[in-house]
Amino acid sequence: MVDVPYDAIADAPPAEVPEVELYHPKSWWTQYVFSQDAKVIAIQYSLTATAIGLVALVLSWMMRLQLGFPGTFSFIDANQYLQFITMHGMIMVIYLLTALFLGGFGNYLIPLMVGARDMVFPYVNMLSYWVYLLAVVVLASTFFVPGGPTGAGWTLYPPQAILSGTPGQDWGIVLMLASLILFIIGFTMGGLNYVVTVLQARTRGMTLMRLPLTVWGIFTATVMALLAFPALFVASVMMLFDRLLGTSFFMPALIEMGQQMKYGGGSPILFQHLFWFFGHPEVYIVALPAFGIVSDLISTHARKNIFGYRMMVWAIVGIGALSFVVWAHHMYVSGMHPHFGFFFATTTLIIAIPTAIKVYNWVLTLWRGDIHLTVPMLFALGFIITFVNGGLTGLFLGNVVVDVPLSDTMFVVAHFHMVMGVAPIMVVLGAIYHWYPKVTGRMLDDWMGKFHFWVTFLGAYLIFFPMHYLGLQGVPRRYHDLGEAAFITPNVHTLNAFITVVALIVGFAQMVFLFNLVWSLFKGKASGGNPWRATTLEWQTPETPPGHGNWGKELPVVYRWAYDYSVPGAAQDFIPQNQPRATPALQGAAP
Amino acid sequence: MVVAIVLLLVAVGSVLFHIYSPWWWTPIATNWRYIDDTINITFWITGAVFFAVIAFMAYCVFRFHHKEGRQAAYNPENKKLEWWLTIGTAIGVGAMLAPGLVVWHQYVTVPADATEIEVMGQQWSWSFRLPGKDGRMGTTDVRYVSSDNPMGLNPDDQHGQDDVVIASDDLHLPIGKPVKVLLRSLDVLHDFYVPEFRAKMDMVPGMVTYFWMTPIRTGTFDVLCAELCGAAHAQMRAKVFVDEESDYRAWLEKQKTFAELSGRSAVKRATYESGGK
Repeated sequence: MVDVPYDAIADAPPAEVPEVELYHPKSWWTQYVFSQDAKVIAIQYSLTATAIGLVALVLSWMMRLQLGFPGTFSFIDANQYLQFITMHGMIMVIYLLTALFLGGFGNYLIPLMVGARDMVFPYVNMLSYWVYLLAVVVLASTFFVPGGPTGAGWTLYPPQAILSGTPGQDWGIVLMLASLILFIIGFTMGGLNYVVTVLQARTRGMTLMRLPLTVWGIFTATVMALLAFPALFVASVMMLFDRLLGTSFFMPALIEMGQQMKYGGGSPILFQHLFWFFGHPEVYIVALPAFGIVSDLISTHARKNIFGYRMMVWAIVGIGALSFVVWAHHMYVSGMHPHFGFFFATTTLIIAIPTAIKVYNWVLTLWRGDIHLTVPMLFALGFIITFVNGGLTGLFLGNVVVDVPLSDTMFVVAHFHMVMGVAPIMVVLGAIYHWYPKVTGRMLDDWMGKFHFWVTFLGAYLIFFPMHYLGLQGVPRRYHDLGEAAFITPNVHTLNAFITVVALIVGFAQMVFLFNLVWSLFKGKASGGNPWRATTLEWQTPETPPGHGNWGKELPVVYRWAYDYSVPGAAQDFIPQNQPRATPALQGAAP
Repeated sequence: MVVAIVLLLVAVGSVLFHIYSPWWWTPIATNWRYIDDTINITFWITGAVFFAVIAFMAYCVFRFHHKEGRQAAYNPENKKLEWWLTIGTAIGVGAMLAPGLVVWHQYVTVPADATEIEVMGQQWSWSFRLPGKDGRMGTTDVRYVSSDNPMGLNPDDQHGQDDVVIASDDLHLPIGKPVKVLLRSLDVLHDFYVPEFRAKMDMVPGMVTYFWMTPIRTGTFDVLCAELCGAAHAQMRAKVFVDEESDYRAWLEKQKTFAELSGRSAVKRATYESGGK
């Protein structure tokens, strides 16, 4: 391959960097609880998201027990099954993945990676977390209210979401909508912070095209979330009005259990448009931070610059923009005007092109690398496989006419779990193994890490790959019991039982991971400041874990892009971003 | 080494699973084999890409894993390679999209000689309606629904009087005749789903949706609901029989029309009562 030199921009002059006024905590409470330090807020976000995520994990076991062994467990009936799938989906997509990537990784990494002392609005940042916590508490409270949580499916489609044929119609749906509204308020406060920090608080020399791809991914996802969440916000408010005040935004004239209702004139499909105008970008709100982070994991652990950095940045931005014009591919069989299908199938398949470029560039980064098979690298490899698999099955569902037989079957369930469940979680786990030493100063245990990886990766693949074929055969989703039907052959039940057993094993492997997190905090090997010998700024902090204000007396100055690994002629196989070019040891380095 | 082999095994295993999977689509019963063909084209293209990417990755891990003294290459970009990959991907995407759009055009273009029939969903049962001797179905409205008039036909519409109403029972269709299936719901979203037909569409209260198909083989097929519709979603079942023309006629003879089922006066009374409340 032809070597094209990167980053011909002149060195940043070592001028002074404007300092910012920091809030200094005055007590234990303001340091660790009502903290305005982005790093503490990041930990708070991550722990809260993990806690509610564990609830979602337990719910998935309940569902799998029912699907694998229907009729065996008397404590799971049809209503509860629907409540389990609804809460599992909503928690995983919004309260776990969105909160963890943006609130967790975003808060921790953005200020450190761009060379800032903190987020630009620390007080609002703190509020963001506490509103998020409130949203989680409201959501969790639905398990304890009369009627239980809503069982409308995570898509909350009206009219059934607010009618009495659906479990959780009294309290569950109302609290769910309230919780979503709170989440969006909390997110908006955090999201504005992340965007303004990336745009305004980068240290000297940190041009946009020198940002690590992690920051590009989180930044683009945050901009998208700020544009997409308002659609969910208004949809939630309108449905709340329909439920509580008797308005008819989404409710046509209809009959509920033999009774004529007072609703009339509303459109159920309007809700679906609003929901998916949020819901599709949401897929990429989860995926783009994963894309960014995994790029940095692969580059660091293959000791090689990310291949095609500029193309990677434009692919992230392009995917972000395109993802706003594909939403109705979730609605091919919704009853919307059929001619929409031509437009949305075309835009949907076009988005495959920038996405494919990203995949090529990841594997081309491995090519002629010096691949260290560390735990973060293993998770990155697992991500590529599951993401390629899930991305390709997206080409089935995005191609309008192919979607017709497959929609609402287990094929869809398998597809979206592979592409936005397993793949991003591979990145989350890899990222935790990667940055845990920076957060705690200790390494996670390697043996437990490898065990965790292999069980999680192979298990998840065994769960979701065969599941596509159940859908191909026609097995519908959201069925607590398949009942009698000619096309449901006995081997469908065999496969369902197999998937359940594997799912339980994968679930228990996560307990090993949680144990590792706690054990290593006390017993882990001391990591030093830069255990992976990485180039980006967060590894160059004077203290590990980074102290209040991140950078000691002076902010770092950036002289190069984030990927100077294995530069020919350099003294070692990485050159930190804040190392000036003029160093004699680096004569002959990249132009 | 071990990692590379496992990665390769994942790719090979996936392909073998696909080839030998006992889980596969049900034998088709309508004209929509074009949809199956499009799925097959998509399987070929995506399968090749999947195998190539994973196998290449496995090779990289095998060939370039860390050894003492290895140094990675330094090649930030390669414009030519990146452009070729982009163009190749675009061609592959086009090869899937083009047939998909052609078949979608067929899917949304109802032939002029298609017979209209109606499927109505409500929590949690199916009802069906066939046009009577006049070949037209009467108008409907949720407000007309009563115990005498479960499908909500307009009692004053002449076209509706001879409509064949099949409330909460099974549907029969003649083989070889294109049908336009009009879909309606009284309460929440439903979806008339027969896996062997391939075609489906949501039923939305407040509007009428449709799809069309031509049954090509006789048999009995299970009807399921594919759009979550509440607690008994999984139990919302019926059957569709695709019959030879003579069997179909014999069945049709035994069905009752709207006028026979309700009687004009009873319908009027029910309307008056529900309107008066």
